[in-house]
Amino acid sequence: MTITAPPAPPTPRPLPPPESPLARIRRRLIPQVLLVGAAMLVVGYLAIVPLGYLVHDTFTGSSGISFSAFARAYGGDSQSGRMLLNSMGFALGSALLALSTGTVLAYVQVRTDVGFKGLLFAASMVPLIVPGILYAAAWIFLGDPSIGLINTLLLKPLTGASPVNVFSVWGMIWVQGLHLAPVAFLLMVAAFRMMDPSLEESAAMSGASRPTVLRRITLPLMRPALISAALLMFVQSLESFEVPGLLGLQNGIYVFTSRIYFVLRAYPIDYGAAGAYAIGLLAIAAAGVLMAGWLQRNARGFQTVTGKAFRPQLIQLGRARRWVGAGVIGYFVFTVVLPVGVLVYASLLKFYAAPSMAALRTMTLDNYAAVLHMPLAWTALRNSLYLGVGAATVVMLLAAVVSWVVVRTDLPGRRLLDLLAFTPIVIPGLVLGLALAFVYLRVPLPIYGTLAILLISYCTRYLPYGMRYASSAMTQMSRELEESATVCGASWPQTFRRVLVPLASSGILAGWVYILVVSFRELSSTILLYSPGNEVLSVLIWEQFENGQFTTLAAIGVCMVAILVGLVFLAYRLGARVGLLSNTAG
Amino acid sequence: MLIVDSLRKSYGSTGPHRRPDDRERVFAVGGASFEVHDGELFTLLGPSGCGKTTTLRSIAGLERPDDGRITLTDRVLFDAARRVNVPASQRRLGMVFQSYAIWPHMNVFKNVSFPLEVLPRARRPRRAEIAERVERVLEVTELTDYADRSATKLSGGQQQRLALARALVIQPELMLLDEPLSNLDAKLRENMRFELKRLQRELGLTAIYVTHDQSEALVMSSRIAVMNKGSIEQVGKPREVYTAPATRFVAEFIGTSNFVTGIVASVRGEEITVDTVEGRMVSRGASIRPAVGSEVLLSIRPECVGLSVAPLSGRMNEWAGQVLTRAFLGDAVDHVVGVSKLEIRTRSNPTLSIEPGTRVSLTVDPDKVTLVPVN
Repeated sequence: MTITAPPAPPTPRPLPPPESPLARIRRRLIPQVLLVGAAMLVVGYLAIVPLGYLVHDTFTGSSGISFSAFARAYGGDSQSGRMLLNSMGFALGSALLALSTGTVLAYVQVRTDVGFKGLLFAASMVPLIVPGILYAAAWIFLGDPSIGLINTLLLKPLTGASPVNVFSVWGMIWVQGLHLAPVAFLLMVAAFRMMDPSLEESAAMSGASRPTVLRRITLPLMRPALISAALLMFVQSLESFEVPGLLGLQNGIYVFTSRIYFVLRAYPIDYGAAGAYAIGLLAIAAAGVLMAGWLQRNARGFQTVTGKAFRPQLIQLGRARRWVGAGVIGYFVFTVVLPVGVLVYASLLKFYAAPSMAALRTMTLDNYAAVLHMPLAWTALRNSLYLGVGAATVVMLLAAVVSWVVVRTDLPGRRLLDLLAFTPIVIPGLVLGLALAFVYLRVPLPIYGTLAILLISYCTRYLPYGMRYASSAMTQMSRELEESATVCGASWPQTFRRVLVPLASSGILAGWVYILVVSFRELSSTILLYSPGNEVLSVLIWEQFENGQFTTLAAIGVCMVAILVGLVFLAYRLGARVGLLSNTAG
Repeated sequence: MLIVDSLRKSYGSTGPHRRPDDRERVFAVGGASFEVHDGELFTLLGPSGCGKTTTLRSIAGLERPDDGRITLTDRVLFDAARRVNVPASQRRLGMVFQSYAIWPHMNVFKNVSFPLEVLPRARRPRRAEIAERVERVLEVTELTDYADRSATKLSGGQQQRLALARALVIQPELMLLDEPLSNLDAKLRENMRFELKRLQRELGLTAIYVTHDQSEALVMSSRIAVMNKGSIEQVGKPREVYTAPATRFVAEFIGTSNFVTGIVASVRGEEITVDTVEGRMVSRGASIRPAVGSEVLLSIRPECVGLSVAPLSGRMNEWAGQVLTRAFLGDAVDHVVGVSKLEIRTRSNPTLSIEPGTRVSLTVDPDKVTLVPVN
């Protein structure tokens, strides 16, 4: 047989002359384009304007550009070196603890025949339903050097000393790490599920032992997932205010966020210095994102780890099964039973004390009665509900439109839009709060000191998360479903209303509930923006802490957890899959 | 009647991925022209990436071609020169997608009634008429019993019929079918071929059918356009395309074939004699008239090669060779026979099975020797 030359490629006929710019604009000026413009304006306003004001106000002195704010913030006796070390140590330590715990548990969950798997998923709901501020408060009840239950009930009788002190960097790392571990767990479960088990099986067939497979195959393939989870843990720890605020301020252990808060509570308020800290924090967070991007630069080669889910053969743990199972129970006790239990216990006491016959006898529902009769509690609940529902609705509407533009069209500007909508994920809550304060203290709009400023803040903070939910719903939907509606004669609005929105609705609803829930517990931007009359539940809890009303705090906390459990349960009943799975930043 | 005239579509020249070196753009379709007659099932056949789906989507209005003209009877659907581009939603065509694209949030009835419900108010039928028309279409596609069922609870074959019903309900002038059978398992696919063909014939539909499966194309089509690298290599009835391939690509893509190059030695009436490395071959009734001395390609289908252990008889178109390998296919047996440097594949009745290494003789009827032009 011989080979003949392939047919010559067809020579293209010259294309028609380009149309006039005006004609092109007229042809492009369809509803979608107007929509993109509007979405771009809203998103840009939310994401960029506050940062602009923050930078401008920080660098502007009495005479033009000035670095005096930085000098005040970082120079002299500000002990900024210690603060930087504390911040980095706290963020890295918490990320490491959360990531290692979460990854090990995820591996155990997906790949082994360990029992009690339900407990791990129950524990993964904790960060959703127990806000950070309550989690930190619960650990004060457990790990306070003088009254903490771990010291008084366990260690003092055994060793005669009270070695556990939650008011330290290690204590902060412990609490923050445990609170974030479930997020890492969920991210890594998804990653392990999406890995083709035949990649590991072929290594085993090549003669590699189980540990070698883990080290040479599994972990390298997990690298992209590990890096993006690590970034998320790092940024969330860095911007956490609750834990350093409750556990660090007591002993003068400052991190960026608590420092900003401290500066703003001092008199006279030095906005410049606070801005300088905020910019420092933003720079570290941005550096983390850039570094994760650099580490991920080869990640495209790891496409085997995405796509459909697999059901791998479970590893028979054999004799170790009992020990691993005990470890799972231990984890559940530490992350769920102890913190929630101690909150409930404390809420029933007049004065916090270790369990004893005397303490049990004084148990009462007085705290709850007090909360019910506290007018401020009802105001706070109402405000939290308004804000949660408002932010969830605004964000999901915006995210639905923006993600449709980003995922489905090739309109110009969609990449910029995508980037803009994701920017707020690296803006720590406290920084955003400060930046918004800068904006609305100067802009002559009656927004500062109202609920509206909180709404703007929540919308900005949770837009990236809303985008995750909406764009994954849009991506999962086959493009042909939309095209078939078009071919059937449906106009664009008809297709959007009758096909796109109904099909994306479960994802959008899931995002709505998620944002409602996280808005409820938001503290780090609220703490700078609320004003009397505009308290929300998390602020109320914070105030109880500052006033030393620990048992009232516990009672409010238990009510708040109950409300959040109800919301999450309702979401499940509505058929929405709520989880932190879409919570994958970076 | 649909007329597609010099349709061209390239990727990389428009949209957000504009590259500076526009000359290197890839043509998905590089000047396709064809006509589809009324009542015909016209197939675009070719390997993946040959541009068949892009052509279909251009007709549907889901892609905007760079150049060319598409007209359906008296309607211009697309004309680059006059800047006409009717939106997909106003072309009033029926389309069946590869994934069926059944809307999971609607039941069977709602899926089918959708195209009627979104008609402009002036042309939208009354509710009772919509119901009547949907029921009629469901009856034709044998889905009447499933009208209230959720669309996701249908089997693969039923989903396929539902997609068809939805496309049929507006009684489109033209149906577009994008590999509609490729997601079905092998047995069901064979049944659906005949089912589809029957429907098309009974309803007198004009349809364009895209597939990469040559046997599907041969079974179903009125005519086939074989596409390769963005252009159409041959348009013809299934039998023509199979027995008289116009190019080597067509001969290779449709069925299997043995190729031998040669120089035309003489042309005497119907008989063309070609000199090949393995001697003189005679072809009778070829579809082309090559000049004496020009190079041609002989294409011989395996089933047209006679295989025997008897010695050469001395007649025309005979080769002596040795069996290299054989393969049992169930309904046939393939032998690969070495003839000096050539390897000739034969296909015969499964009762014939010759040990590798055996010396054999091959014969080919001159009527079965197809000549393919060498560019």
